[in-house]
Amino acid sequence: MPFEEKITWVNAVVTVVVPIAYFAIMLGRLGDTSAADIAYQKPLLIAIGASIVLTIIGAILTGIGSGISAELRGRRAEDEIDRKDERDKTISRHGDLIGYYVASAGMVGVLALTMLEYEYFWIANTLYLSFVVATLVASVVKLVAYHRGF
Amino acid sequence: MGKPTRVTNRIRALRFAAGEMTQADLADRVGVTRQTVIAIEQGRYSPSLEMAFQIARAFNVPLDDVFQYPKEK
Repeated sequence: MPFEEKITWVNAVVTVVVPIAYFAIMLGRLGDTSAADIAYQKPLLIAIGASIVLTIIGAILTGIGSGISAELRGRRAEDEIDRKDERDKTISRHGDLIGYYVASAGMVGVLALTMLEYEYFWIANTLYLSFVVATLVASVVKLVAYHRGF
Repeated sequence: MGKPTRVTNRIRALRFAAGEMTQADLADRVGVTRQTVIAIEQGRYSPSLEMAFQIARAFNVPLDDVFQYPKEK
């Protein structure tokens, strides 16, 4: 598996795990509090921060693991980790473009909620969800491209 | 995903003719991942012109000994 594909897997897993935890907490709070009274700001910032930190840690661990695995197979670690070729870049651009379309569609929803004067809670969380779904779709498109060909 | 390529290649045959060169060896020579060599060999990815020349150079043959494009019917 190319190193870039491994990093895409890390992104995909973090993009699923962190938002699930965040939205589970938010949905729990929605059960007994009105949206206007929910203090979503801190958990949302923590979720965003956690995604960034976990992605970095995941990438570092993947790099270390790939390096050790390469050395054990008699290959240089740098060849395994540093090698990003034109196919990796093409797949990455393709996935990011599809993700951009998804995020754009989400932004239309956010715009509609703003115009309809929904609570900030709904606007902020729809915005976050849009980015989450866009990132996840981009990752899935990249992983499919790696396996089915591009 | 992407449109299937009409470009065919003889990379596999050329690797065997070149002392059973492995996909990893070819990838190292061209500076790409082994998975990219596999994808090109299986016709799942069309390389850029520059990479195509690098592959041909790795085998020391002209470009059209490696890649072929069918004539229009």
